[in-house]
Amino acid sequence: MKSLFKHTALAAMIGLSTPALASLAYVSNEKDDTLSVIDTNSMEVIETINVGARPRGILLSKDHTKLYICASDDDTVQVLDLATRKIIDTLPSGEDPEQFSLHPNNKHLYIANEDDAIVTVVDVDTKDVLAQIDVGIEPEGMAVSPDGKWAVNTSETTSMLHWINTNTFEIEKNIVVGQRPRHVEFSKDSKIAWASAEIGGTVHIIDVDNLEQIHEMSFKVPGVNQDRVQPVGIELTSDGKYAFVALGPSNHVAVVDAQTYEVLDYLLVGSRVWQLDLDKDEKHLYTTNGVSGDVSVIDVEDLKVIKSIKVGRYPWGVVIDPSS
Amino acid sequence: MSLFSRTAAAVLITMIGAAPIQAESLDVRIGYLQWVPDQGPVLSNVIPEPDDAGQRGAELAIADNSTTGKFLGQTYSLESNVADSEEDAVAAFETMRKNGTELFVVNAPTQTLQTMMGKAGDNTLVFNAGAKDDVLRTGQCHPNLLHTMPSYAMLTDALGQWLNQRRWDEVFLITGPTEADKGWANAFRRTAKRFGLKIVEDKPWTFDADLRRTASKELPLFTQASDYDAVVVADVRGDFGEYVPFNTWLPRPVVGTQGMSPVTWHRVVESWGATQLQNRFRDLAGRDMNSEDYAAWAAIRSIGTAVTALSNANPGEIRNFLFSNKFQLAAFKGRKLTFRDWNGQLRQPIPLIHPRGLVARAPFEGFLHPMTEMDTLGFDKPESECRING
Repeated sequence: MKSLFKHTALAAMIGLSTPALASLAYVSNEKDDTLSVIDTNSMEVIETINVGARPRGILLSKDHTKLYICASDDDTVQVLDLATRKIIDTLPSGEDPEQFSLHPNNKHLYIANEDDAIVTVVDVDTKDVLAQIDVGIEPEGMAVSPDGKWAVNTSETTSMLHWINTNTFEIEKNIVVGQRPRHVEFSKDSKIAWASAEIGGTVHIIDVDNLEQIHEMSFKVPGVNQDRVQPVGIELTSDGKYAFVALGPSNHVAVVDAQTYEVLDYLLVGSRVWQLDLDKDEKHLYTTNGVSGDVSVIDVEDLKVIKSIKVGRYPWGVVIDPSS
Repeated sequence: MSLFSRTAAAVLITMIGAAPIQAESLDVRIGYLQWVPDQGPVLSNVIPEPDDAGQRGAELAIADNSTTGKFLGQTYSLESNVADSEEDAVAAFETMRKNGTELFVVNAPTQTLQTMMGKAGDNTLVFNAGAKDDVLRTGQCHPNLLHTMPSYAMLTDALGQWLNQRRWDEVFLITGPTEADKGWANAFRRTAKRFGLKIVEDKPWTFDADLRRTASKELPLFTQASDYDAVVVADVRGDFGEYVPFNTWLPRPVVGTQGMSPVTWHRVVESWGATQLQNRFRDLAGRDMNSEDYAAWAAIRSIGTAVTALSNANPGEIRNFLFSNKFQLAAFKGRKLTFRDWNGQLRQPIPLIHPRGLVARAPFEGFLHPMTEMDTLGFDKPESECRING
């Protein structure tokens, strides 16, 4: 009897601690040199991991076993093993890596080196630097199209989108956009690219087949000075319904109809909202709020902010592991 | 004949194919002129100001413009002249103009700048990246003179807003003996009226003792008054002001040109991507970027932004573009910067700093303006006689 009870308790305990139940979000804290791990079920921080200096861009390997971290002030990209939550490796990254993007081949990592005006392409398996491509000043945003054809880099002070052919590693086209372009997001079919310009206050919609701008969006948040409306991160739902645009120090996220480019709503989140990520079933959108040091959770169906989660100082990037 | 034209066509096609980037080439020449009069001996000579303040900022902006330009077939070159006298500075300006330079950045006193503007023709566009005197923004404006350096009034208004929102509204003002000190103090007196501050004592600094030995004895007596919330120092060249903090009669903070200061730029500014600018500058110059460097940088980046949009470097077209609503300068201050159309002043937030940290950034919330909050700093349109755009 006694022993049976013990077993049941043990089994229950094991059941509770099974990590498979939890879906996890990872947040890089730029001024704490840490990652916060959030359980998306309980919406609480369950662990804080020490990483390299000034972590900014983070992304998942395509098999969801590793997290790559731009440790900007350590001039390296760190590789975090998600099973053990330990840094297992570093990659050569060039100086001051800020954002990066992994090619669908799960091998070629495109890294924007902000201080050097260069995009570095690294093979994550062999650690070879495959190419270094001269781009404009302060390369920042980095995106690879889902079909793997294009790598796009935004250069903040040059205010351009540089379109890099992923076969030749050469720039094929430069598109001048609004001042201080920060981020590029592709539609799932790789046909449309969305690019935000922070100081310009605009989002530029690019037709990828013709590499031409087809639309330019601007935003007006009621009661907020226009200067403070500064688009940064962009996230698209896979059904093509919504685009979410983080509007920086206006402390709002714009909800955009991804077909008509019409702004449907502005949602109030924390201070200086930077980056965004959707969870696995796209029910919740997580936003990093740099100045208030927290993460806001938006219910995608109701378009309402349902929770804010305190993380470290200056949370920068957020990635939700869809397989966890 | 027909063979030749076919070959030519083939060459043309090859060229277009090889250069998907705009192929026409354009060289933009910018002159940088610097004349900084000797400040005379100062008591606080521990940390000297760099001799190349301004010049290195101009060099960085040329490098920044060139990186953008290489994708558009545009190159930028800088011709620098650091003069030893006003005559030399004006002569260098004349020589460069004769040699075809039309775009200038000048880091020189108001008088020198005015002499230059008197000689400048219609096709010369000058950016003032040194002189802070309010008169250049209120009465003696010139249609082809723009200012990337903030005026004294912009700096003191930033400080005044901060004092107001802290409710530290009774201040003790100490003014040094130089013209610059008086200019700064006059700007502050105007600020005090605008933002409801009361100057409880307004004392000129007349001592000539060496305060490194006697500051702790002299200053408590000098700052005796029944009460005040803060001491405001107007000591632009840094003569005695460094010795005021911690030596006041009452235990009060020191602000102004020393203590906590409103500045154009400082090494402690790091938000809004400023870290990247600071790093680029440090790599280039081997020192920290200061206000003069920033003003020169902002001037040449304004030119670069216009040239990128216009694909030409005509001074008249650049000027029109800079005053149009198409122009906005991304300049690491968290706001898009634009030029005031009545006096050519670049609107900009003003950081309030102490030597090792950022305290705040003006304008502050709650100081309202019908057009832009940044126009709560400095002389607004109704307060200025200038109408350089008619």
